[in-house]
Amino acid sequence: MDVMPKWAEVILVPLISLLLAAVISALVILAIGEDPVAAAKLMVTGALGSTYGWGYTLYYATNFMFTGLAVSIAFHARLFNIGGEGQAALGGLGVALACLYIPWPHWSLALVGAAVAAGLFGAAWAAMPAYLQARRGSHIVITTIMFNFIAASLLNYVLVNLLRPKGSMDPASARFPDAVHLPTLHELLAPLGIAFSKSAPANVSLLVAVAACVFLWFLIWRTRLGYEIRSFGHSESAAKYAGMPPFKIIMVTMLISGALAGMMAINNVMGEAERLVLNSVEGAGFIGIAVALMGRSHPLGVFIAAILFGFLYQGGAELALWTAIPRELIVVIQALVILFTGALDNMVRMPLERMFLALRMRKEV
Amino acid sequence: MTTAPAIELKGISKAFGPVQANKDISIRVMPGTIHGIIGENGAGKSTLMSILYGFYKADKGEIFIKGYKTQIPDSQAAIAAGIGMVFQHFKLVENFTVLENIILGAEDGRWLKPSIAKARRTLLELSEDYGLSVEPDALIQDIGVGMQQRVEILKALYRQADILILDEPTGVLTPAEADQLFRILDRLRAEGKTIILITHKLREIMDTTDTVSVMRRGEMTATVKTAETSPAELAELMVGRKVLLRVDKTPAQPKDVVLDIKDLHVRDEKGVERLKGINLTVRAGEVLGIAGVAGNGQSELLEVLGGYAEGTGNITVNGQPLDLTGKYSDGQSRRAHGIAHVPEDRQREGLIMEFAAWENVAFGYHHDEAYRSGALMDNTAIREDTEGKMERFDVRPPDPKLAAKNFSGGNQQKIVLAREIERNPDLLLIGQPTRGVDIGAIEFIHQQIIALRDKGKAVLLVSVELDEIMALSDRIAVMFDGHIMGERLPSQTDEKELGLLMAGIGAQK
Repeated sequence: MDVMPKWAEVILVPLISLLLAAVISALVILAIGEDPVAAAKLMVTGALGSTYGWGYTLYYATNFMFTGLAVSIAFHARLFNIGGEGQAALGGLGVALACLYIPWPHWSLALVGAAVAAGLFGAAWAAMPAYLQARRGSHIVITTIMFNFIAASLLNYVLVNLLRPKGSMDPASARFPDAVHLPTLHELLAPLGIAFSKSAPANVSLLVAVAACVFLWFLIWRTRLGYEIRSFGHSESAAKYAGMPPFKIIMVTMLISGALAGMMAINNVMGEAERLVLNSVEGAGFIGIAVALMGRSHPLGVFIAAILFGFLYQGGAELALWTAIPRELIVVIQALVILFTGALDNMVRMPLERMFLALRMRKEV
Repeated sequence: MTTAPAIELKGISKAFGPVQANKDISIRVMPGTIHGIIGENGAGKSTLMSILYGFYKADKGEIFIKGYKTQIPDSQAAIAAGIGMVFQHFKLVENFTVLENIILGAEDGRWLKPSIAKARRTLLELSEDYGLSVEPDALIQDIGVGMQQRVEILKALYRQADILILDEPTGVLTPAEADQLFRILDRLRAEGKTIILITHKLREIMDTTDTVSVMRRGEMTATVKTAETSPAELAELMVGRKVLLRVDKTPAQPKDVVLDIKDLHVRDEKGVERLKGINLTVRAGEVLGIAGVAGNGQSELLEVLGGYAEGTGNITVNGQPLDLTGKYSDGQSRRAHGIAHVPEDRQREGLIMEFAAWENVAFGYHHDEAYRSGALMDNTAIREDTEGKMERFDVRPPDPKLAAKNFSGGNQQKIVLAREIERNPDLLLIGQPTRGVDIGAIEFIHQQIIALRDKGKAVLLVSVELDEIMALSDRIAVMFDGHIMGERLPSQTDEKELGLLMAGIGAQK
C-alpha cells in the first residue's frame, strides 16, 4: 500500500522541493542586497524569453540528458558512477578522432560514426573501474572519481602533444572539416518556417538525447537485461540466487553508462565547438548526478530535470552578465536545488505522507 | 492477593503509518511468574515489548511498574525501572570478555579496573544465586550460543533487573540448550523474578509459563492460565480459526536416486571450511529433512546446490554431474537440470521486495520461453501466469501488481512456492519453508510439499524447526559443524536423540 498517490510522488514532491530551493535562493539574493524578483525575471527571460535563450537552455539540457541517463542506469544497478566527467572527456577524444581522420561524406553519417566512437571511448573509460569493482571489489565511487583526474591529464597530454596543429599556441585540436558540421536548431527549423536564433548552439544532438531517453526507458523496463540490472540493484543476494552473474551485470551496466556519458561529446564537441578543447565537459558530468537524483533515475524524470538544469545554467549566465550578482551565486542556487531535490527529499516527503494519511483516514471514518 | 502486578499495561496503542501495530492492549503480569506472549509474526509482540523497553513511544496508554505509573522514554529508563531485555540477536561485543561485556554501559567510573573487580564479585554471587555459571574471562567469540545467551541474562541481572523480557530465546539453541535455559528461568522465578517470554512456539509456552497472552493483528485476543488451556486452543486464538497441527501423509514410496552428493566440501569467503565432506542421497518420492541448529552448514549446502557458491566434491542430479565452480550464473543451468529452490531467506534471496508480484513470479525464470519475446520480457504473459498462480496458491490479496513487500510473510512465501513448485521440478530444495509464516499458511505449505513428494519428486528440506522436520521428513539427516552426524527414520527416533546429534554428541546407536 503506497501512502501517497502517484501524482503526488512524481510531481508534488519535486515541485515543493524546487519552491523551497527558490525561496532560500531569494533570501540569499536579498541578503547580498539585490532584488530577487528582478533576478528571477532576468533568469526566466534570459533562458526562456527568446529563441536565443532557449537555444542555450536546450544545448545545456542535451549535455545533462546524456550524463543524467548515464548516472541513472548505473543507479538502477546500485552503482554510483561519478565518472561521467572523465567518460565524457574521453567521448570527446573519440569524436575528435572520428571527425578529424575519417572523411565523412555527409553530416548524418558523421553523426552516427562520431556517436559510436564517443560511446566506445566513454564505455572503455568506464570499463576499467567496472572491472575493478566486479573482480576486485574496489569501490566504484573511488575509482570513477580517480579516473576523472586521469582523463583530464590524458586529454591534456593528447591535446598538447598529439592533436595540436603545428604552430598553434592553443592546446586544442584542429577545427573539424565542414562536412561534419551538425545542423543547429536554426538550420533544422528554418525549412519548417520557424525562425530560431542563428547563434544558439542547440543542435540535432538534442534529438539523439531524446532518443536515448526513450531507448533507456525501454532497456530498463522492458528488456530482460534491464530486469536483471534492476534485480541486481535491489538485491545482490537475490540476483545471485536467480542465477544472474554479478560480474556480467556490473560490466554491462557500466559500459552502457560510460557510453551514454561519452555520447555527450556529439553535442558539445561536434555540435558546438567543432574542435576538441581542454576541459570541454565543463562539469556536465557532475550535473548529471543531480539530474539523475532529481529525475529519480527515470528517463522521463531525467529529461525534465535536464531541461530545468539547462534553464538554471543559462539563466545563471545571464544573471552574472547583467547584474552585480556574482557568478558564484549561480552555483549556490544550483546547489540549493540539488540539496532540496536530492538530499532533503524526505523533509518534504514525510509531512506530505502524513497529510495524505490523515486525509485518507478522515475519508474512511 | 494485594500485591501489585510487576507490570501492568493499560490501553497501549501504537501505529506506524497506516499500520496499527498495537491496539488498546492491556496486560497484567504478577511478580514471580513466567508470562508468555504468543502470536504470529507481525502480531505486534515485538512492538509491545519495544514500547516497554523504551524503543518506541506508545501513542496512547499507560505503563505501571510495581504499581507505580512509569514513563519509559528510553532504554536507560527501562533499566532504571528494573526491566532487562534479552534480544533475539544478542548485543554482545565479540572480542570482549564476558566480564567486559557485562559491565559495558554500566561502568562505575572513569577507571575500568575497580569496575571489573566489582563485577567479578557480583558475577560470582549471581552465578551462585541463580545457577548461572560462566567463565568470566572467556572471549564472547569463543563461547557457545547458549553461553552467550546466559551472558545476556547476566547483563540484565547485573543491572538489577527483576523483570526479564526474553524475545524468541530458543531460536538459536539446540533442544538441550533450550532445556537448560528453561531450567534457569524456573530458578529465576523461584527467586522472585518476573519473566516475560515472547515466542511463537506453542510447546515452550505450554512447558514453562504460568499465564499466557495471545496476540493477533495488534490486539490481545486472550489472556489465560496455561494450566487451563491446550495447544490447539492457543493455535485457534492465534489464527482465528481451527488449524491442523499435524501433517496428514501416507508412507513414502521412494524410487530412483535423484540427488547424489559425494564428499562435498565448501569454504566460505574467509576460507573457513563450512561443509566438511557431506554424503547424502535423495530419492524420487521422498522428503529428506536436514535437521540442525542454524549456522552448521545447512545454508552453504543449499547455496552450492542452488548454484551460487563454490564447492568441491561430486554432485549428480538424475545421474548428470553438476558444475560446482559456483560462478553465480550456474543458477540458470541448475534450473535447466530440473532443480527448483525455495531459499531460506525469501526477503534476501527469494524475492525482490520492491518488485511487483508478477515480476517476482518471473524471477530466475526470466529467460524462459513462455516469459519472453526476443530480448524483451513478455509482461502480459507473466502477469496472466501470475494471476493463475495466485489463485491456485491462494495468495492474498490476489493482485499481481502489488509489490512483494506489501504481502504478509505467508503470502510472500506462497508466491515463491508457486513459482518454484509449478516448474514441476525433479528436485525441490526448500529452506525454512515456514519461517515467519502464519500458522494458517503453514498448513497449506506443508500440504504442497507432501503433494510434490507424492507426485514422485525428490525434496530436500532444511529447517531449524525440529517439529517441522519430524512432521514432513521420510528420512532425517542431522548436521553439525559441517558434518552429517547421522541419518534416522522419523519413526525410529525422537527429539531427544536428534537434539544430541544436533549438539554434536555422536551417535550412540
